[in-house]
Amino acid sequence: MHQVGKPRRRVDGRAKVTGQTRFADDLSLPRMLHCKLLRSPHPHARIRSIDSARAQMLPGVRLILTGADTPISYGILPVSQDEHPLARDVVRFVGDPVAAVVADSEETAATAIGQILVEWEILTTIASPEQALATPEPRIHDYGDEGNVHKKVAFDFGDVDAALASADRVFEDLFFYQGNTHLPIEQHATLAALDPDGKLTVWSSTQTPHYLHRALAKTLGRPAAHIRVIATPNGGGFGGKSDPFNHEIVVALAAIRTGRPVKICLTREEVFYCHRGRHPVLMRFRTGVKNDGSLVGMELDTLLDGGAYGSYGVASTFYTGALQTVTYEIPRYRFRGCRTFTNKPPCGPKRGHGTPQPRFGQEVQLDKIACALDIDPAELRLKQLVKPQSLTANYMRVNTIGLGDCIRSVVEGSGWRERRSKLGPGRGLGLACSSYLSGAGLPIYWNDLPQTGVQLKLDRSGGVTAFCGATEIGQGSDDVLALCVAEVLGIAPFDIRVVTGDTDLTPVDLGSYSSRVTLMMGNAAIEAATRARSLIAQAMAKKLDVPAERLVFAEGRVFDAEDPSRGVSWPEAVIHGEALHGTLGTTGSYKPPLSAAKYKGGGVGPTPTYSYSASVIEVEVDPETGWLEVNKVWIAHDIGRALNPTLVRGQVEGSVYMALGEALMEEQIFRRLPPKLSGALVHKFPSLLEYKSPSALEMPPVETYLIEQPDDRGPFGAKEVGQGPLLPVMPALANAVFDAVGVRVDEVPITPEKIVRALAAKDRRYGPTEFPAIAWPEALRVAPPWEGGDGTASNDRPSRPRMARPGEAGAAPIRPEVRR
Amino acid sequence: MKITLTLNRKRRTVDVSPLERLLDTLRGALGLTGTKEGCGEGECGACTVLLDGKPVNSCLVPTAQCSGAAITTIEGLAPRGKLHKLQRAFLECGGAQCGICTPGMILAASALPDRPTREQIRTGLAGNLCRCTGYEKIYDAVGVALGTKK
Repeated sequence: MHQVGKPRRRVDGRAKVTGQTRFADDLSLPRMLHCKLLRSPHPHARIRSIDSARAQMLPGVRLILTGADTPISYGILPVSQDEHPLARDVVRFVGDPVAAVVADSEETAATAIGQILVEWEILTTIASPEQALATPEPRIHDYGDEGNVHKKVAFDFGDVDAALASADRVFEDLFFYQGNTHLPIEQHATLAALDPDGKLTVWSSTQTPHYLHRALAKTLGRPAAHIRVIATPNGGGFGGKSDPFNHEIVVALAAIRTGRPVKICLTREEVFYCHRGRHPVLMRFRTGVKNDGSLVGMELDTLLDGGAYGSYGVASTFYTGALQTVTYEIPRYRFRGCRTFTNKPPCGPKRGHGTPQPRFGQEVQLDKIACALDIDPAELRLKQLVKPQSLTANYMRVNTIGLGDCIRSVVEGSGWRERRSKLGPGRGLGLACSSYLSGAGLPIYWNDLPQTGVQLKLDRSGGVTAFCGATEIGQGSDDVLALCVAEVLGIAPFDIRVVTGDTDLTPVDLGSYSSRVTLMMGNAAIEAATRARSLIAQAMAKKLDVPAERLVFAEGRVFDAEDPSRGVSWPEAVIHGEALHGTLGTTGSYKPPLSAAKYKGGGVGPTPTYSYSASVIEVEVDPETGWLEVNKVWIAHDIGRALNPTLVRGQVEGSVYMALGEALMEEQIFRRLPPKLSGALVHKFPSLLEYKSPSALEMPPVETYLIEQPDDRGPFGAKEVGQGPLLPVMPALANAVFDAVGVRVDEVPITPEKIVRALAAKDRRYGPTEFPAIAWPEALRVAPPWEGGDGTASNDRPSRPRMARPGEAGAAPIRPEVRR
Repeated sequence: MKITLTLNRKRRTVDVSPLERLLDTLRGALGLTGTKEGCGEGECGACTVLLDGKPVNSCLVPTAQCSGAAITTIEGLAPRGKLHKLQRAFLECGGAQCGICTPGMILAASALPDRPTREQIRTGLAGNLCRCTGYEKIYDAVGVALGTKK
């Protein structure tokens, strides 16, 4: 390895520190028009009429669009095509767009928005999951499992009732995890323009240009090949720019209708309405253990507040139960999840997507179990870690697992054994662990195509251009692309030109979500670069008259390993390659391995390899006021191999920061307006002034440990790092509060007020006390691998075609999709 | 109304409406998009520029109030392509991830005293939100550039 593993400045860093990175809002075109959206002031209402005559008369107004202009629905998941660019008939949350004005200036558009008159018929507001369960009518959507229930799922991996009956102790705990939002500092912006030949180009701050491309083709009724989507570098994403958005489709339509470029920049308030953030989740865990602490079975029920639209919600629901099994051995497992529609901005994927909530519950409950059985929480975990190269009860395949080393690192670093429960009054240590995907095993829509592709162009200048649809959202995807190609070709990452996130120029990559980019794009980049190296090696072998295997590509040269003086510079080598083969170009692509989970719903959770994290947190709590200070965070992350340690550490620390925000203060919550105003359910504070997030002052010191055990499925052994290190922080903090003052806050965020209430409570606890009765569907019964199972459900009906590479051993024939 | 100000050491005259935000004048009429908007409420600090050497949120400053003032934006920190020591340090330490807060962060840091303590850095940057880095690498970068007191 020449470049891999060395801390380096990122290839796109100079533009960022000089302010020259061109975000979507930084773009403008001649004759550009500006767009503003009229958003619903009501959480749930029928549109009786829209009168835009006065707005239309304003000088400078060029176009007004309403739901009548946008008849075709869309949505990120094929099963949830429930959004319209502009509401037709019904609005479903405060902030749902109703009309769009396109004008010469943003001010004119904003003025015109204020002159559009809408007549409303107010409908009952569904404010909570509990109300959604109890109120089947009016339905927020006319699809979904029933009433205002979007999705219910149920699985039994083995006989869980028997397992719990055989346990020495069964622990039952309820937890609640409040919703919160991504809060990227960049507000969403989109610019759309027609090319002179009538094709459409859309520049947007999106994490998923490929999915936006599909949504635009569908809603605009145009061939995808006539639409070009360019993902501008995102000024932070965190999952909040992973859906196709109404404003993106609206400006595209407006550009087509007016024949002029049209731009929209959302305000901070509007970004709160886009949301797609963390689902509020109520959870009930029942976990059976032996007296020695070994787990015999676990039952988990989750209830999600989905907000007004589907978004990724079906996947989110599965994710609240998919990854409980990949850290500690759980012989039998039951999971039931239910997502409801409510009249709030839609929830979706935020860093960790659906998994931080149940991970919080699981890790806090494990702490309770350890305390009740008087076992060190670190030992309790260490003695039952999942084995490498194994299958879990729900058929998740664990490849490598560095969790043991993660735990040992933070235990040692924090002085856990000597200091836990011995720090004196008000101070304490807490520990928790977690795991996350290195990319979702399956794409969002069912297909048999690669999930990512990389194309290389090399020419006689010595220049190498790497093309990939991956999207730079700050995580460093451009840097990973350049590095993987450079490492194989033996040149410097900075000498690679990267072209990314452009559906006209770059091969498809599904996007920057599910921590998939490093592993998937990295593997594709290595494949493309290896092919390019082999072409050049053929030419150089001829030229130097040595076997191609003896050639070394390093430090900008290609030379004979046995006589390094015999060789040529990189540009010269490319010239020989071009002379022998003609114009040089190669491709690489990547598709995850087949999953062992063949039951319906088993598509959510599998990944090429899981990353693991462990954290210890030290807190100080004032027992009078509940005031909580985080003194220090120790965090270890199983990264496989750190491609660029500077960026990896940045991702770990950034995850800790975002996690502390969620754990301590961030909340996407709602309130009722006073009755004389309308009584509507509105966002409590759609403003950065009031949505509290940690500043530089709240950030404690972080001690980071990178655990490097190269994983054979990762590029140069690398796993993900963008999301996993967020997960252990919230439960470690809750466990630290218990160690400090002996109370349990079974809820996120953990605020001083809740600590004070817990201190005053008889049971020394603050948290939910009830889980509503839910009529669960019949569970899919899947026998665990160690009980003779084969990954299918005994009571499943054939549904999805299996994903397989043509000709792959054991691949099932591709069958057309059968809808149930 | 016509306003004359000194922008990145050059005298400029701009025609603005009375309540136009300095942020919009910079990004619009003056064409300098290095100054970013993150909230428009004076909370995130992404639009930080130096006004007579002091960091301000340009979303809260009417351009009309800047008559005769000296404004420094991120573009003025690296004239003729030579990076400021803070920019170099942000590059080396990984102080910039997505880069949206970076221009404002660097300008806020440039107003810190020489050899600031870690506490002075934390306080001085408390008005600039970063959602990516967790601030650690930013403190490191500022410390490297300005020579942090131990």
